[in-house]
Amino acid sequence: MTNEVVIKTDKLTKRFGDFIATNEVTFEVYAGEIFGFLGANGAGKTTAMKMLCGLSTPSSGNATIAGFDIYKQTEEIKKNIGYMSQKFSLYEDLTVIENIQFFGGIYGLSDKQLKAKSIELIETLGLQSEAKKLVASLPLGWKQKLAFSVAVIHEPKIDLLDEPTGGVDPVTRRQYWDFIYKAADKGITIFVTTHYMDEAEYCNRISMMVDGVIEALDTPANLKQQFSATSMDEVFYELARGAKRKSD
Amino acid sequence: MADVVLNNIVKTYNKGEVKAVNDVSFTVNKGELFGLIGADGAGKTSIFRILTTLLLPDDGTASVNGFDVVKDYKAIRKNVGYMPGKFSLYQDLSVEENLNFFATVFNTTVAENYDLVKDIYVQLEPFKDRRAGKLSGGMKQKLALCCALIHRPTVLFLDEPTTGVDVVSRKEFWEMLKGLKQQGITILVSTPYMDEASICERIALIQNGSIMTIDTPDNIIKQFPDKLFAVKADNMSKLQNTLRNNSQIKSCFSFGDFHHITFQNDVEHQQNELVKILQEANFQDIEIKHITPSIEDCFINLMN
Repeated sequence: MTNEVVIKTDKLTKRFGDFIATNEVTFEVYAGEIFGFLGANGAGKTTAMKMLCGLSTPSSGNATIAGFDIYKQTEEIKKNIGYMSQKFSLYEDLTVIENIQFFGGIYGLSDKQLKAKSIELIETLGLQSEAKKLVASLPLGWKQKLAFSVAVIHEPKIDLLDEPTGGVDPVTRRQYWDFIYKAADKGITIFVTTHYMDEAEYCNRISMMVDGVIEALDTPANLKQQFSATSMDEVFYELARGAKRKSD
Repeated sequence: MADVVLNNIVKTYNKGEVKAVNDVSFTVNKGELFGLIGADGAGKTSIFRILTTLLLPDDGTASVNGFDVVKDYKAIRKNVGYMPGKFSLYQDLSVEENLNFFATVFNTTVAENYDLVKDIYVQLEPFKDRRAGKLSGGMKQKLALCCALIHRPTVLFLDEPTTGVDVVSRKEFWEMLKGLKQQGITILVSTPYMDEASICERIALIQNGSIMTIDTPDNIIKQFPDKLFAVKADNMSKLQNTLRNNSQIKSCFSFGDFHHITFQNDVEHQQNELVKILQEANFQDIEIKHITPSIEDCFINLMN
C-alpha cells in the first residue's frame, strides 16, 4: 500500500428524480489497498460503483479513477479497471478457453498476447484438463477463480469486485481471498463489496454507507474501537439499523 | 411425527453427467425449524423442487404430510407454501393484488388467514397499492413470504430467503421465522450463511449433493474432532503463511480478525510452543486462545 491516490471522489452525487441514491460522497483509495465498500441493501453502493466504472453519469460532484475523469474519460476507465459482479461473470455455454479469449478480446489484447495469457492462466489455475470443457460443467469454486482471473486479464491497476463471494462455500470463499491478497501484494488496488462481515476484517480500510451517505470510514480496528464493538458485525448493525430507507 | 421425509433421493441432470442430489435422506418433524446449509450448487434447490412436486427424483422416495411427492402431488400442492430463491410474484400486480391472487388460487381469502401474516403484512401495508416489481428487495421478500403463507400451509419451504440481503434485514427475517414457528408451522429453510444455522433446531450440512451431517447445531459443534484455537498477530497475511508451513499445524483458516487453527497432535503447552516460534519469527502483538468452533468451522472440517 502506498500514498498514491488511485480513486478520488469529491461530493459525488446521483439523483433519480427527487431520490438521492448517492449523496455527496467523498473518499480516497490508495494504490495497492484493499478497500471494503460496505452498506445495507439500498444504501447506494451499486450506484456509486457504476459511476466509478464510467457506466453511469453523476448528477453532480467529481471523481477520478486510475487518473481518469468519470465524466469525460469513460472509455479509458473501462480499459484500465477490472470489474466483476456476482450476477454476471462468465459465459456458461462457452468453454474455459473461449471465455478467456472472449474477455481478453474485449479488453483489446492482441492475438499474440491472448495466446500467451490463455496458456498462463490455465496453468496457474490448474485447469489444463478442463480447458476445452464448457464453463457450465465446472464446480462453482473454479468458476469464481476463473471469473476473477478473466476480470484482470488486461492487468488493470484497479479491480472492482461486487459481492465476489456471495453463495460460495466457506473454503472457496477463503481461497478467493488468497487471490485478492496476491493481487494486492502485486500493487493492484482492490475495491470490494461483501455481506460477510468476517471479510470486512480482511480489508485495509472500510467505508460504511447508510442512506446514500458514507457514515464511517476507517480501518476495521479503529471502527471497532470507535463503536466499542468486538466485531465488524456489531459495527455494521450499529450503523445500518439507523437506516431510514430500505430499497435495493 | 415427521412432516417431511426423504429416503435416498437422487437427482441427476444432463443424462446423469451432473449429480445434483446424491442419495439424500432426512426427516423434518412437525413444527420443526430445519435448516439446509450449503453453498450454491450444493443441491439445495433441487431438493426443494422435488419436495414441492416441481421436479421428479431419479431415484428414492419422499413424502410431505404423509403424501408421496410423485403420486400425491396434487394434495401436496394444496398444503404447502413455497418461496423460491428467485422472486416469483407478479411484478405488474400491486402488493394487495398479489396477496389476493394467491389466496384465491388456494380457494381461500386474505381475511380468513390474516392473523397468520398480520405481523409481516403491516410492514407492507403503506405500500399496498405499489406494484410488486417496484418494491425494494427487503419488501419483496416480505411480500413473497406473505403470499407463501396466505393459505395457511402445513409446511413452509423457503429456498435461500436471505441470500444477498444485508445483516440487519437478515436478522429481521429470522425473527419472523421464529414467530411463524410458534404458530406451529413446519419450516424447511436453506441458506448459504453459516451464521444463520444456529437459529435452526436441527440442520443438515450439504456439499456437492451429499449430506455431510445432520444434527442440532450444538451437537454438530460438540462433534468437532480437535481443539480449536484462534491466533492473531500484527501481520495476518504473513502469519497465515507461517502457520500453513508449520508441520505442527493441521489446519489454518481465516475468520475475520483471527486465524482458526488446529494442531496435528493434542499435546500440552502446544500453544505456548507456537507463541515461542512466532516470537522468534518476529511477529508482534501475538494472541492465541482456545475457542468453541462455529458451524462454519465444522463445515470446513467436514469438507476436508
